[in-house]
Formats: sequence, structure tokens, C-alpha cells
Amino acid sequence: MTVQAWTFVMVGLSFALYIGVAVWSRASSTGEFYVAGSSVRPVVNGMATAADWMSAASFISMAGLISFMGRDGSVYLMGWTGGYVLLALLLAPYLRKFGKFTVPDFVGDRYYSRAARVVAVICAIFVSFTYVAGQMRGVGIVFSRFLNVEITSGVLIGMGIVFFYAVLGGMKGITYTQVAQYCVLIFAYLVPAIFISLLMTGNIIPQLGFGGTLADGSGQLLLDRLNGLSRDLGFHLYTDGSKATIDVFCITAALMVGTAGLPHVIVRFYTVPRVAAARSSAGWALFFIALLYTTAPAVAAFARTNLLNTVSEKSYLGIPDWFKNWEETGLLAWADKNSDGKVQYVAGSAIDGNKPIFGDGRGASGERIVTNANPDTTNELYVDRDIMVLANPEIAKLPNWIVGLVAAGGLAAALSTAAGLLLVISTSIAHDLLKREIRPRISEKEELIAARIAAGVAVCIAGYFGINPPGFVGQVVAFAFGLAAASFFPAIVMGIFSKRMNKFGAISGMIVGITFTAGYIIFFKFIRPDMNSPDHWWFGISPEGIGILGMILNFMVSITVSALTPPPPTEIQELVEDIRVPRGAGEARELSV
Amino acid sequence: MTVNQNEKKRAYWRKNLHYLASLLAVWFIVSYGCAILFVDFLDQIKIGGFRLGFWFAQQGSIFIFVLLIFVYVKLMNRLDKRHDVDEEEPR
Repeated sequence: MTVQAWTFVMVGLSFALYIGVAVWSRASSTGEFYVAGSSVRPVVNGMATAADWMSAASFISMAGLISFMGRDGSVYLMGWTGGYVLLALLLAPYLRKFGKFTVPDFVGDRYYSRAARVVAVICAIFVSFTYVAGQMRGVGIVFSRFLNVEITSGVLIGMGIVFFYAVLGGMKGITYTQVAQYCVLIFAYLVPAIFISLLMTGNIIPQLGFGGTLADGSGQLLLDRLNGLSRDLGFHLYTDGSKATIDVFCITAALMVGTAGLPHVIVRFYTVPRVAAARSSAGWALFFIALLYTTAPAVAAFARTNLLNTVSEKSYLGIPDWFKNWEETGLLAWADKNSDGKVQYVAGSAIDGNKPIFGDGRGASGERIVTNANPDTTNELYVDRDIMVLANPEIAKLPNWIVGLVAAGGLAAALSTAAGLLLVISTSIAHDLLKREIRPRISEKEELIAARIAAGVAVCIAGYFGINPPGFVGQVVAFAFGLAAASFFPAIVMGIFSKRMNKFGAISGMIVGITFTAGYIIFFKFIRPDMNSPDHWWFGISPEGIGILGMILNFMVSITVSALTPPPPTEIQELVEDIRVPRGAGEARELSV
Repeated sequence: MTVNQNEKKRAYWRKNLHYLASLLAVWFIVSYGCAILFVDFLDQIKIGGFRLGFWFAQQGSIFIFVLLIFVYVKLMNRLDKRHDVDEEEPR
């Protein structure tokens, strides 16, 4: 069977599975809709959390990014896993004991302030929308490349599926579908990695093959070969970094702290029955995430080696089909600058600007004409980093069913994350805004309807952004983590670990943290992108890493302001005492006021 | 609430903070120490096919993160029981 037929089979089967699970696990109360009735077992919740967390970015983009960044790719590997340690130790058990539905619930109650709640709601909605647009885009890419449907129809199909199980099942439906999606995505990630590891190094475990010797009889270490190839072609050594140490430090920290402050991750820990379960569920989540995250750097190194071996100095006429297929999508481009008909792939940007622009007609070898080739370098090849994972099985000449499986895995990653985010958006609107702020007397049934409508509207908006992506999706991701790091994380941590922290401190800290972080990112990303270089950054910290300075500022301002203003009321101090011990945690519930 | 119970809770919390400080210290040393600040120094050591610093940066730190959480779970479950603040069996 062809790649396309296999893709239809794999994607079709996985979609049928998700719909079956969704029908089986419909939600009937707000408790089930928001937090799955707080009855999910820790291992199951860990698996669902892993699927929720690992987005199209983790599945499709991350290994590709690492394969171009080399050692510096560790900012993503450590940044997106280390946050779970913070989450497990500093947040999850206490928030579970607190026992409400959302992050704004905690911020609003702990700081006895509607203003604090509203700030938290706005941040939660902003962060979630940023993310969800990227997921829909990922769905579109997979559909357009493997099923030959327009990106628009791809996004619409994806929207339909998410709409079906998010709106019907709420958190309960989402949790159990995410378990199915985790299984699909991890299988789809590991199978090609294992095959490629076997082919290249003879080792069945990619994590070990990564440090193993090549199976081509040369007896050379994979990483040494990769370093050698990189050196010959003028790239920096794969195992060396090219970013400044302070920047690597700050980006890693901002991603870690940001992860711990993301509302769609935190809310997962409300779905387990007990405090002890919240702790172990964080451990299981990281375990399941680590399966993919420790495979990713191996995939990155394999893919990089394969790419350099396969295309460098090869004639375009004899180049494999995957090359031409990706060229058709515009995510790969070749400009024959020296007209020798061969692909020269060396350091330097092949094109002027960020994306290749294609003209009409074909070049001498039959390639698509690129009109914005960069004459200042000899590099002729442009490769979009997002295609590495998807193209990897084809580059390594794996059987067609594996290629189809990878497409289904990419969709599982994108859909599971999108559903989790949509739930946060719908909860924020129906619960935090409507129920808690606008119409407190609303019945549970009405709230549930409102939550479903909000989820439906959110799916449509997300779909719109997926079809018409704002050019800045990639850039706003820095925002999402920076803002979560500079606002939620300090406010929640101090809310648990300091009885003295009052609303004046927390609110002023959040405002200073957000304003500083947002100001820095907006300045370098939108107002003066020409100045976005290490010479102009403060202390050499890039906008991606600035959230960590925002967090430190937040802590300093909160502590100072809080020391100068009256302590919080006694009942709040008792609330803090209470969440510090596990005994007495019930199902997450409404306040009985 | 009796004075005795309050005292117990305070002791529980102090011990908890103590665990947190030790575990987070390991967390910091592994990720920010081994994988970022001292990475070039550790790269001089080669284990298997890996330079040590590179291995910490791309794989080792993640394994240790997972381990840290499970150690924490174990420590806290024991502590909860000892200080009599653990939860009743779920319904």
C-alpha cells in the first residue's frame, strides 16, 4: 500500500478509537465536566497529563529544533521536563487539597480579591488561546502533507473531532481520550526511533544507540561522525553549544517555571481523588513524558546525520521522493546557486528572509524556482525544522505503514493538547467569569450548558487561527511561558508557602511581573525586531528567557509590598494552614457559601 | 484544635520544607550545574559514547527529574503516616 493509503488507515483507526472512548465517557455534572469527578487514578491521570502536555510542538517540532541546535536544544528538553519537579513538590498536592476547579479559583480565594481573580482569568485565557492556535496549525500541516487535503479542510476535520469529545465529555471525556491518544503518540514516536536506531547503530534502544557506534562497519561513534560531518560543512559542532551560558540558563529556567505555572497543566491535578494521588500522578506524568523526551535527542541526532548523508553533494535528479514531496509543500527548497545540479548544504542561510518564495515554472533540474535565494552564501538548501520528525522515517527508508503511523501520532499530540486547552478556556468563561463574577445564581445545569457553548465557540476561534495563522504564533509562545512564569507561579507558591503574603503584595507582584516581561518581549519581538540580538539584550538574556527575571521581580515586589501592608485576615491564614496537610481532601467542589 | 495537634502540624511542615530543600538542591545541581554551568568541564569526561556534560544536558537530567519525584512521593507518604495527617482510604 502507498504512504497515503496507510495514513488514511492509521488516522481513520485512531479517530474511530477517540470517538468510541468519548461516547463511553460522557459528562453529566459540572464536577465531571471540569475535573472528571476527581476520580481518576494517578497512573491514568499521569498518562492523560503527558498527552495533554505534549503538543504538536513536542511531537513534530522539538526533535527538528534540536537537530539544528545541537546541544543548545537542551533548553527545551530540560525546560519542558524540569518544571514537573517544581509542580510535584511545590504546587500539585496543595492545590489538590485546596480542592476547587481552576487556578483563578485559588488566586481569587487565597488573595480574597476579585481583581486578582480577574487578572488570573485573563492570563489563563490568553495563554490557552496562544497555544491552541499552534495545535490547529499542526493538524493542518499533517493533513496537507500526508492526506493531500487542503490545510483548511484538515483544520475543519480536526475541529470537528475535538468539538465532539471536548463538548460532550468535558474533562472526563478528554481524560480518557487523552489516554488513548498517549498510547497512539508514544507508539508512533518510538517505533520509527527504534527502527532507525537499529539501522544506524544496531542498538534497539534509541537512548543508547544515540551514544553507540555506527553499524556501517566504520566503528565510529554516531556523535563523532555527526560532529565530523558538521565540521566539514561549516556548521557548529553538534555536541557544542552556540548560545551564551547565561541565556541557556535563563531560557531553561523560564520554561521550567512557566511549565509549572500553565493553567492547563495545573488543572490536571484536580482530577485525582487524593493529595497523595496528586503527588504520584505528577511522577507518572513525567515518566510518560520522559519516554518521549529522552528519545527526542536521539531522533534529532539520527535525523541530522541522515539528512547530511542523504542530501549533501547529491544530484537533484537522483534525490529521493521525500525531498520532492516536501518541496511541493514549500517547507523545503533548493536553489541551485552554482548551477551544478547538486545540492550544496553548508552553514549559512540559503534564502533571504524567513521563508522561501517560489516563482512560476521549473529550474534546470526540474526544481521549484526560488526567487529569494540569498546570494551571500553558498548554502543552497532550506529545510523547515518542523518537517524533520515527519520526514525522518522516509529519509531512513522505513516501510510505508510507519510513515502513516507517524502522521496519526502527530495528530494525536495536537488534538489531545488542543482539547485540554479548550477545556481551560471553557472553564474560565463558564465558571470563573459567568458563575463566579457575573451570575452567581446560575444553576448547575445552566452552567454546564454555558461551559459547552464556550467550548464550542473556542473551537471555532481556534480553528480560525489555525486556517489564518497570525504570523506571530511562534513568537507568542515565548509570551505564554514568560507570562506564566512571571505571574501565576510566584503568586501560587507564595500563597502556599507564606501565610503572611497578602493581596496587595500578590497583585502588585503579578502586575509588575507581567508588565516587565510583556514589555521586554513586545519591544524585542514587535517594536524593534532589528535590535533583537545579544548586544542589546539586558545581561545577554533573550526574550525567551526574560520571564525568569520577571519572576524574580515579582517575588521581590510582592514581599516588599506585603511587608508594608496589613497581614491577610485570620480565615485566610487558617486556609493556608489547612492546605498544607493532606487529611480531609474531598472531591473538588463548589464553595458552600 | 488542641495545642498538641498544632505542634504536630508544625513539625510536619518543617520536615516537609526540609525534604523540599534537599530535593530541589539536587534538581538544581543536576540541571543548572551539570548541564549548563559546568557542562564544558564535564565534557572532558567521556562515558560510553557520550561526553558527560552533553549527556546530562540531553538525557541524564530528565532521568534524574523522574527519580526525584518518586523519591518525594515515597518520603511524603511515610511522613504523612508518621505525623498522622494522611488521608483516609477513598470511598
